[in-house]
Amino acid sequence: MYDFVNGPFLWIAFTVLIFGSIWQIGSLVLRSRRTDKVFFDHAKPGWMFASIVNWLIPYGSRSWREHPGTTVLTFAFHFCLIFAPLFALGHVVTLAYNWGVDWPSVSDPVTDGLTIVFLIAAAGLLIRRLVKPEVRIVTGPADWLLWAITILPFLTGYLAAHKMLLTPDNMLMVHVLTGGIMLICLPFTRLAHAFLFFFGRAFIGSEFARRGTKTW
Amino acid sequence: MTDIKPVEPAKIREVLARNDTARLRLWLKACTSCAICADSCFFYLTNDKKPEYMPQYKVRKTLGELIKRKGEVDREFLEEAKEIAWGRCNMCRRCSQYCPFGIDMGVMIHIARQCLRTQDVCPDRLMTIDESYVKTGNQMEMTDDEFVETCEWMAEEGEDVIKGLEVPIDRENCRIMYTVNAREPKYYPQDIQMAAQVFQVAGESWTMPSHGWEATNLSMFSGNVEVAGMLAQTMYDAAKKLGAEKICITECGHAYRAAKYEGPYWTKQPNGQAPVPVTHAVAVFHEYMKSGKIKLRHKFKEPVTYQHPCNLSRNGDLAKLGVELLYMVAEDVRLMEPHDEYSHCCGGGGGFIPMGPDYKKLRMVSGKYKADQIKATGAKFVLAPCHNCTDQINDLNKEYDLGIKVISFKEILCELMVIPPHLQPDEEEAE
Repeated sequence: MYDFVNGPFLWIAFTVLIFGSIWQIGSLVLRSRRTDKVFFDHAKPGWMFASIVNWLIPYGSRSWREHPGTTVLTFAFHFCLIFAPLFALGHVVTLAYNWGVDWPSVSDPVTDGLTIVFLIAAAGLLIRRLVKPEVRIVTGPADWLLWAITILPFLTGYLAAHKMLLTPDNMLMVHVLTGGIMLICLPFTRLAHAFLFFFGRAFIGSEFARRGTKTW
Repeated sequence: MTDIKPVEPAKIREVLARNDTARLRLWLKACTSCAICADSCFFYLTNDKKPEYMPQYKVRKTLGELIKRKGEVDREFLEEAKEIAWGRCNMCRRCSQYCPFGIDMGVMIHIARQCLRTQDVCPDRLMTIDESYVKTGNQMEMTDDEFVETCEWMAEEGEDVIKGLEVPIDRENCRIMYTVNAREPKYYPQDIQMAAQVFQVAGESWTMPSHGWEATNLSMFSGNVEVAGMLAQTMYDAAKKLGAEKICITECGHAYRAAKYEGPYWTKQPNGQAPVPVTHAVAVFHEYMKSGKIKLRHKFKEPVTYQHPCNLSRNGDLAKLGVELLYMVAEDVRLMEPHDEYSHCCGGGGGFIPMGPDYKKLRMVSGKYKADQIKATGAKFVLAPCHNCTDQINDLNKEYDLGIKVISFKEILCELMVIPPHLQPDEEEAE
């Protein structure tokens, strides 16, 4: 089991992530050539860019500014979600050892910090979902499940690094397993907003641009 | 009841297939139910923040269900969806600006309306208006002859103010073909007279078509895109026939949006552009003031605020010009907060006003937001370059005792513009 998870399963997960995403994006782009004349007639690269960038900056859009608390949680959540795994010493060393590719890493205490901030932000978003009626009414089982799928790799990574709960090997296996599951789910669930975000913003930026209207 | 018509899912599926675009698929996939859209919506804010009024929920309960059930729904569902699609959303598209993914919930509600309309589920008044358009080409069921007579009568009466006032009909090769809201010739013919005065003083080369003069496009809001396209085409054809350089829309919001932005797609114009460029009274008046073709004796002195019509300032490109023009003609401008493209709907848009008395109560509740905004400015006048906003704010004025008066740019210009000597009526006539 341990060998399978750390070997073939991980390969499968990355393959599904990459090809699944290409397939999702490719099929949408092809469909859009056929069905979204309104976009291609009025595409304005400057506005697409502005509409993406301003939403990637904390408080860069009017909507972010009007929701200060949610903005902090969202940005903390996504920043740590991307940076903790990308620069975790364990990940970088594993890759360097297996593939010989290397990039800078951060020290373990920094990774710990990012992970803890991530978990706090995730808890905050969960509480928001539970407490605010307007969020609860549109929250279904899939939302809870995806939340769990997203935080589990971080929780297990932290536990593995600190040799807690299970034996280090077993916890590491659970960590890789949950991480792989998240990667597999990404192209096919709402997690796909990771890449759909850019296309959605590009479209709306352009669509409103022809009406002289900012979307940030 | 035995007279209930069976639902025809095939027709709903036809609409869904027509709208099955990559962007719709993306929107359906990307939404993370974050609910940030909730408090961008004045319906939500004015209905005690009931979660059922938040935009994503409204889309989910209408279009979402129609897609999920592939159109296999019953009459009960359709009636509920109708109350949401028309009674709880004006398609003002403010939520689209607040969504991190740019999900266009206004467009999605519009698709839902199209689905419902195929089952003859739609506020009755809007359906009747569709019929009026097909029968007579305008929402008020006026004949073209009546329209032309009204214009002649207004020209004649206006000679007291402007010597030789004309409302030219079917004049060829003018710079501007002016089109109006049928409400003007029917109930407020003075509006046409005032426009004529402004045009004449500015020395404009203009005309109105004897057929194709109706600018409003309420079928856009009933969900009947066939009729909406027919109306746009009629207007384009009239302009082409007369060889007009531009179509100028009266001070009306959805008429401008329909003619300039949506009409080209309904009528399948190449590149999504209207065959004859479309402009709006606000832009034309702005041009007159800027170039000095119209000069004022003095600026409007009373405190005035500006109602940004959604279809001009968010769904049209006139937010900045509208405010600039107001500053050019008025001394004491007090803008509402928020304003420009982030302005809130007056509560009368999206077909709400013509939906009639059945919906008035809902309209007054959701309009509370606008009423409070107006009150906060302390202005005594509200300038609304849109007929629907005008009607709604007049109603709000009574309902919430605002003590304000709604005015248009035409009214200010006509009251304050300098009439050149050659257009001043002879002394005896004036008396």
